[in-house]
Amino acid sequence: MTPKMRVEGLQAWFHDRHVLRDVSIDVAPLSVLAVIGPSGCGKSTFLRCLNRMHELVPGARSQGRVDLDGENLYGRGVDPVRLRRRVGMVFQRPNPFPTMSIKDNVAAGLSLNGWEGDLDEIVERCLVQAALWDEVKDRLRHSALSLSGGQQQRLCIARALAVEPEVLLMDEPASALDPIATAKIEELMHELKERYTIVIVTHNMQQAARVSDTTAFFYMGELVEAGATETIFTNPREQRTEDYVTGKFG
Amino acid sequence: MRSLPLRRAVDALVTIACGAMVLLALVPLGSLLWLVVSKGAPGLSLSFFGALPAPVGEPGGGVGNAILGTATMVGLACLVGLPVGIGAGVFLAEKGDGPFGRAVRFTAEVFSGIPSIVIGIVAYGLVVLPMRRFSALAGALALALLMIPTLARTTEELVRLVPGTLREASLALGIAQWKTSLRVVLRTAAGGILTAALLAIARAAGETAPLLFTALNNQYWNFRPDQPTASLTVQIFNYAISPYEDWHQKAWTAALVLLLLVGVLNVGARLALRRSTAGGRA
Amino acid sequence: MPPPADAVARGATLAAPPPHLPAGAAAHGGDRVWNGLLVAMGGAILAVVGLVVLELVKVSRPALAAGATQFLVQKTWDPVAGSFGALAFMYGTLVTSVIAIAVAVPVSVGLALFLSEMGPPRLRPVVTFAIETLAAIPSVVYGLWGLFVLVPLLRTVVEPFLARTLGFLPIFRGAPIGLGYLAAGLILAVMILPTVASVTSEVLKTVPASLREAAFALGATRWEAIRLAVLPYARPGILGAALLGLGRALGETMAVTMVIGNSPEISASLFAPGYTLPAVIANEFAEATGDVHVGALAGLALVLFGLSLLLNSVARLLVRLVARGPARVAA
Repeated sequence: MTPKMRVEGLQAWFHDRHVLRDVSIDVAPLSVLAVIGPSGCGKSTFLRCLNRMHELVPGARSQGRVDLDGENLYGRGVDPVRLRRRVGMVFQRPNPFPTMSIKDNVAAGLSLNGWEGDLDEIVERCLVQAALWDEVKDRLRHSALSLSGGQQQRLCIARALAVEPEVLLMDEPASALDPIATAKIEELMHELKERYTIVIVTHNMQQAARVSDTTAFFYMGELVEAGATETIFTNPREQRTEDYVTGKFG
Repeated sequence: MRSLPLRRAVDALVTIACGAMVLLALVPLGSLLWLVVSKGAPGLSLSFFGALPAPVGEPGGGVGNAILGTATMVGLACLVGLPVGIGAGVFLAEKGDGPFGRAVRFTAEVFSGIPSIVIGIVAYGLVVLPMRRFSALAGALALALLMIPTLARTTEELVRLVPGTLREASLALGIAQWKTSLRVVLRTAAGGILTAALLAIARAAGETAPLLFTALNNQYWNFRPDQPTASLTVQIFNYAISPYEDWHQKAWTAALVLLLLVGVLNVGARLALRRSTAGGRA
Repeated sequence: MPPPADAVARGATLAAPPPHLPAGAAAHGGDRVWNGLLVAMGGAILAVVGLVVLELVKVSRPALAAGATQFLVQKTWDPVAGSFGALAFMYGTLVTSVIAIAVAVPVSVGLALFLSEMGPPRLRPVVTFAIETLAAIPSVVYGLWGLFVLVPLLRTVVEPFLARTLGFLPIFRGAPIGLGYLAAGLILAVMILPTVASVTSEVLKTVPASLREAAFALGATRWEAIRLAVLPYARPGILGAALLGLGRALGETMAVTMVIGNSPEISASLFAPGYTLPAVIANEFAEATGDVHVGALAGLALVLFGLSLLLNSVARLLVRLVARGPARVAA
């Protein structure tokens, strides 16, 4: 099976700080890859290299190859703006647009790009996919800020889904949420992976074990080990991996 | 070591002194507002708003042309002052960290400290001299120049307040940088910018000094931007320093009109601010 | 709608827009236009200020041609004779501004302390609102009030009182006509009060709570905590606030023009009429005849510009020093 995304020799810097060293990994289609590791190991940077958000930070550089369906994202002539419609992202803290209603938030990615079509149908579909429809269907015109934190995060997921990405990147999506909201998000990921390829960064190992098919362990900018989640957590190859998943550090 | 009761007494005394300072500050305000209302209100009438100034001794007359003049010049000033001021503010917020940006910011700060009468002379040199006449355009230019620096600084602060994650969210949806800046970031800051704009307009409406030798004054209706134009503030000044009692009375009434105008703009600004921070429209 | 199974079927490459979204203008083009627009706006600020300086110099050249130092130190101002000197106005500006600061700073500090430390919290919004209202009142309305309320008050009550009690001082001698340096200084004080008070308030807010708490923990009263911990820390910032107020006082025109008496003379007494840089420009510019007269007035404006530039720069530096923290607050 061809991988949905293939990373080869990815390196990244912030000014002179070398934050990612020679990372190579495949992401299988319609699966969940969890990226784990201690704080500062480069997992968020790695994620942001997958949709070319890393380069937006002043002083950030990257090198290497990231293929989406065989095409290099960093190739000449590739428009990062358009790329980001195929590789979407959900952030750590929910960030709905404060001046827009729930409906307008979901549709934002389409309407701001000049989409002319029936938004209502798309909005409903995405809210259903994000498991939020039942809770908000009667108040679509209310401000997005009237929702709870967990609901706002699901709104952000719906918003990301509206542009019909193929890959969904999630940067610690539940870390700012309470346990019940977290459980809802994790349940959601099980459903979403039937349609989308998901890469999730998490500092919560149990969460990684619960939701992912494959897991990649990063340490100090290096990809130490990647493989089937069960293997990584029960029988890892590397000592460092074993030390981390058993809680000896991190 | 002084005794505790003494120290407590000193503390109480200082508190009273601070309170006295507050009163001292509030007394002129109270007196001014009270007098403007009590002396100005009797002269208020519909004709005062609509009529031309009457000669000394004649009853009636109003500041209609002055109100129109102020509105015209402030309106013209907004055409230039608002876009440049807000635009410069957005520039400083988005690209203001390099050496060019720092130079612009420093210049804007310097600019905002320039006395309004100096700006008036600049407008005189730029417009009155070449045109060889006083005009509403010159007055409007002076007002625009006065609006720009404060608007720029306030806009910069407001745009910087918009959280970076909103910009990121928009970019991650595949929305271009310029659209993100315009339709997400600026839209979020729009309420605050509207407030700043209203306050800038209120300030411009209250300016007198630069108008004295750019727009000069005019006792009649004027609809042409290239002619001298009356303004509420200059009219108040002229009435006040005149030796005539009934013109003094008119000065108070005109001052009341001016305060009402400035007051409405300020209240509007506050309302805009409250609506923008209420978390968006339902 | 099932997600597209493979990229080839969609016909989309990363370089081309996805088929179901409209093509639209190239994102890069839009970005270039936007960036260009923003830079133009930034440049506009530089251009405008440059223009200001150039215009001022240009218009004032005829008068300064005779000699800048001569212009600055000459006492007389006689348009009829064509002889122009800035000294009387610089003196008047200085005196009125000093009076303004001398009154406004203590009142502002007291006000700011009331707002932040010593007053009941319920009154804070009221006082803040009052200060903001003070700031919004146009200068000419202050002048109106000054002319018909403050000046008579000074003439009938205050100045005679001062003359009786402190008349041995040269500043309180002379006929109390109400109009003059004192009236101008006092009205300036009222007008710069909002500026000085709000900046002082901000400065007091930046004093770390830990300093105050340390003082309280030692058993200090509120005033002692302020005196020992807050004020020394805030002193450069308060100085900065005072200078900012001074900068504003320099440029105030209308209210001063209406109450200062408009007399280009230098006098030691505060009761005497005088003149300030902005006031004379306001009164004479519109009817000034001859390039030299206009040039002289523009020259005064240049002096004013230079002074306010200097003051504002120093003031902002000081306020920033306090915000940056104790390491910079040297003795």
